[in-house]
Amino acid sequence: MTNFTELTIAEALKGLKNKDFTAVELTKAHIDGMEASKELNCFITETPDLAMEQAAESDQRYASNNEQALDGIPLAMKDLFCTKGVQTTAASHILKGFIPQYESTVSQNLKNAGSVMLGKANLDEFAMGSANITSHYGNVLSPWKKTSDPSADLVPGGSSGGSASAVAARIAMGATGTDTGGSIRQPAAFCGISGIKPTYGRCSRWGVVAFASSLDQPGCFARTVEDNALLLQSMAGYDPKDSTSAQKEVPNFAAALSGDMKGLKLGIPKEYRMDGMPDEIEKIWQDGIAMAKDAGAEIVDVSLPHTKYALPTYYIIAPAECSSNLARYDGVRYGLRVEGEDLNDTYSKTRAAGFGDEVKRRIMIGTYALSSGYYDAYYIKAQKVRRLISEDFINAYQECDALLTPTAPSAAFVIGENEDDPIKMYLNDVFTVPSSMAGMPGMSVPAGLNADGLPLGLQIIGRPWDEETVLRVSHAVEKQANFTAKPEYSTKMAA
Amino acid sequence: MTNTLSKQDIAKVASLARIEMQDDELEKYAPQLSNIIGWVEQLSEVDTDNVEPLASVVDIKLSLRQDEVTDGGYPKEILANAPEELEGFFVVPKVVE
Repeated sequence: MTNFTELTIAEALKGLKNKDFTAVELTKAHIDGMEASKELNCFITETPDLAMEQAAESDQRYASNNEQALDGIPLAMKDLFCTKGVQTTAASHILKGFIPQYESTVSQNLKNAGSVMLGKANLDEFAMGSANITSHYGNVLSPWKKTSDPSADLVPGGSSGGSASAVAARIAMGATGTDTGGSIRQPAAFCGISGIKPTYGRCSRWGVVAFASSLDQPGCFARTVEDNALLLQSMAGYDPKDSTSAQKEVPNFAAALSGDMKGLKLGIPKEYRMDGMPDEIEKIWQDGIAMAKDAGAEIVDVSLPHTKYALPTYYIIAPAECSSNLARYDGVRYGLRVEGEDLNDTYSKTRAAGFGDEVKRRIMIGTYALSSGYYDAYYIKAQKVRRLISEDFINAYQECDALLTPTAPSAAFVIGENEDDPIKMYLNDVFTVPSSMAGMPGMSVPAGLNADGLPLGLQIIGRPWDEETVLRVSHAVEKQANFTAKPEYSTKMAA
Repeated sequence: MTNTLSKQDIAKVASLARIEMQDDELEKYAPQLSNIIGWVEQLSEVDTDNVEPLASVVDIKLSLRQDEVTDGGYPKEILANAPEELEGFFVVPKVVE
């Protein structure tokens, strides 16, 4: 009998086409997985009935040979994508009861491709966080455990923690995410799966709850690079409803997966060798470099001199845009309302009750950075440094085709760690933020385990609009690394 | 330009952001925000003379379209999530006496 939850998307599509099994069977197995793993808290809203309906429709399309690109594939949808008729929360209390009357472009594209939605995946509140500990709907747990302390609950990374955990735990075959400063790549690394943030503008942001509009970009997770290519293929494309979405043809991503890196120059940015970087991160990076050589790449040393300024720049620009974007939550048109003495008091009370700690912190930093007298010193200054960071990448691409770096400065940590100091938590994104600032595509692939049995990821960053090279390099790393480790949780569930 | 944010500064920012804050919250956020602002101030060491601010990373020109109505006509959907609505309008507390 087929073990449905162990199939890749590519394998499942083949099986469905061959009529080896039905979409209903495939979806049912994943709904059972969702039921059996509620303790991971991957979902804010589960939609099993909708999923079964969609799966049945999918089987009809297979029966009439009218199937679409992802027909019958059960996915988790990050609860930042508005879904018509299905509660959308952004993991915030302030969107209490919000039921979108429209569908985001990316989730509509996935619907059109025939995919099945299992539910809305948990995340950090408004996608602000790196550990999925800021959700109003509770922490998401990683399905992975440390060998040295199997009783400790680990973070899945964030902000797309529910998406990553669900894919790693074999609950969903793939998932959507969004990445503003690392929210796809870092949880992918922590959960031992792959995830891609395409070039800013590749996927429409229309209908995605906004955090920092010049940085936010939808992307996806899956257990293989090929599966990511298939998901991204259906998600991407020009959308007139998003003025920053690119009027560019979407290439055939899966066709780029050659299995090698022959003829490619891979840059190793020296500034990513940080002081105090754990040995295991340095080691996985060196392993990655060896894999790239074996796969035929030429390794070149490059410099991104403004790397160390990327995080502080991000922590002005992202909060500034967040304070502006989140001004819309006023208790008037949707979501929570706490009545006050007058309109201003209603706003203030609603926002005090509706936003969590980290969101308030970022709104306040942004409000401060944009306030009269500080605008030039902080916001304009940060935008100038952002140009220098972006130019660093453009200069590096004179010498190489893509960059290879660690994805995160550590493996997943225990829930509760890094919570005493916001800046400590922000440092999680030190390797992912620079490319976000520059709008470049980036992907994380699992490359090995640390001494404690936890996955470590490598990040591949490419030129703008060159997801093909990013996917090709990632696929070759995946092949070389032959990462077959699974979280114990997924094996337990299948038993 | 190192700035330490006082409780009063935080209160002002909170009021600009329309977030009601109690005294204990102001106490909590003042050192946290001071730390973050102090940390981002390392940007002042970067020479940005003659550097143009970068607002958007994409090489996309915003395009114009015909100025015509392409959407609308569904007040029910617009109001569907309103905490309070009346006869096709959002209801807010009285603003003008």
